[in-house]
Amino acid sequence: MKPAPFEYHRAYTPKEVTELLLELGEDAKILAGGQSLVPMMNFRLARPTALVDINPVSGLDYIRRDGDVLRVGALTRHRSVELSTEPDVHNGFSVLPGAARWIGHFPIRSRGTVGGSIAHADPTAEWCLLARLYDAEIVVLGEHGTRTVPSDEWFTGFLTTAALPGELVLETRFRRPRRHGTLLEYARRRGDFAIAAVAVAFDITDNRCHDVSMVLGGVANEPLRVPEAEAYLEGAEPGERAWAEAARLAAEAVTPGTGPDDGDHGYRRHLVGTLARRALAEAQAGPAGPRPRGGAS
Amino acid sequence: MKDQHLVTLTVNGREHELVLESRRTLADTLRQELGLTGTHLGCEHGICGACTVLLDGEPVRACLVFGVQADGREIRTVEGLADGDELNDLQQAFSRHHGLQCGFCTPGFLMLAEAYLAGGGSADPGEVREVVSANLCRCTGYQGIVEAVTEVAARRREQAAKAHD
Ligand SMILES: Cc1cc2nc3c(=O)[nH]c(=O)nc-3n(C[C@H](O)[C@H](O)[C@H](O)COP(=O)(O)OP(=O)(O)OC[C@H]3O[C@@H](n4cnc5c(N)ncnc54)[C@H](O)[C@@H]3O)c2cc1C
Ligand code: FES
Ligand code: FES
Repeated sequence: MKPAPFEYHRAYTPKEVTELLLELGEDAKILAGGQSLVPMMNFRLARPTALVDINPVSGLDYIRRDGDVLRVGALTRHRSVELSTEPDVHNGFSVLPGAARWIGHFPIRSRGTVGGSIAHADPTAEWCLLARLYDAEIVVLGEHGTRTVPSDEWFTGFLTTAALPGELVLETRFRRPRRHGTLLEYARRRGDFAIAAVAVAFDITDNRCHDVSMVLGGVANEPLRVPEAEAYLEGAEPGERAWAEAARLAAEAVTPGTGPDDGDHGYRRHLVGTLARRALAEAQAGPAGPRPRGGAS
Repeated sequence: MKDQHLVTLTVNGREHELVLESRRTLADTLRQELGLTGTHLGCEHGICGACTVLLDGEPVRACLVFGVQADGREIRTVEGLADGDELNDLQQAFSRHHGLQCGFCTPGFLMLAEAYLAGGGSADPGEVREVVSANLCRCTGYQGIVEAVTEVAARRREQAAKAHD
């Protein structure tokens, strides 16, 4: 199918993006990688009256380490994260390149952007899970300048965020680097959005887990943190017993009516339990470098 | 009123000036404005990969890029692979390994594989399988496609190593 007619505009600076959006009104949309928006337009599920193409905007494609913060520019392609090997950049955030491998396929990753994914807010999107896992802050530019939104306030429902009309995502700031972490997911076919996904991050000192985060994808309308499992693991001795109990708590967090489609929460619950146990064990084994995918199958 | 733009596209080394409606996808631009019907359209929403072309060397779904976005850029399509009647090494390998039957998916697989090979892609069948999982083929069962790409990856790496010596 073909998209409905729209006006096409190019922006070259972030300020120009917000000015154009303001001028074009609420039915105008930002076009980044187009890997989510254009399929929706081709289906005519989305019929924006105008698109502001932000691909020509310079200075939004970067991965930068700033102390304990990893700053990823909105126009950074999934593939750039996947291929980046800078130890300086990734120390403590090694989950990112590995997680990128789960996103769609080579051509999707060549085009799709981190900022687009954060703005689109799919509840199984890898960057959205990692934003919650690393207590990220999302920096947005609007009519009245920039503001910073913590990720626990950013995701407000299925494909919805705290962004105001006309706001542009500039950067995602991943915080709280940790030595151990991984993201695992299960999908019926390679590259599909996950049916369920689990991401974990923690440190181990003196044979105890610390600073634990766990996030589930695909089981609620937004990425779901599991405070019960996190609290249980805090101070626990790393190993199969702890992983099994944490996985049980993770599975329990999957309740009927929270999923994007209600029918099969029992199946998702089972998947989450299995994935959580494997993710914790894999994360314990060491920092996840770039690795072949398929760990959950 | 139609929203139209004057754009310049370089396709397989040839420059074209076109007036495009903004909603025209790159795939439709190639097929309908330029008559390059080798780029196929299956799903038009990013799933099948039949429309894969190279945009400044990167593999993209041409159904998810608008023609206006390719203004000033280089596009490579399946029509650019053969030299006259002489199929290139990858096309010949597809033929030899039965990497195609009906052929509908083939242009997309060829361009996907060209992108992989241009990036120095390894001849590891597992890695090749992972890459070609991007596209759908309903006929071959993929085995011939994996064999063809793996063989060419090995040969091109050999050639590159020799050229280096
Ligand atoms: C076959 C296929 C498989 C896929 N598989 C996965 C997968 O497994 N996991 C996954 O996470 N994704 C997957 N995707 C989606 C892909 O990751 C997209 O790239 C991503 O969801 C959106 O990024 P984009 O740059 O393409 O954004 P676009 O499609 O251009 O935009 C998406 C939305 O975000 C808005 N937007 C974009 N950028 C900004 C910004 N900087 N500020 C404010 N708003 C903005 C747009 O207006 C639009 O509403 C898949 C896509 C396809 C086609
Ligand atoms: S036609 Fe473009 S991916 Fe199917
Ligand atoms: S050869 Fe028929 S779809 Fe691939």
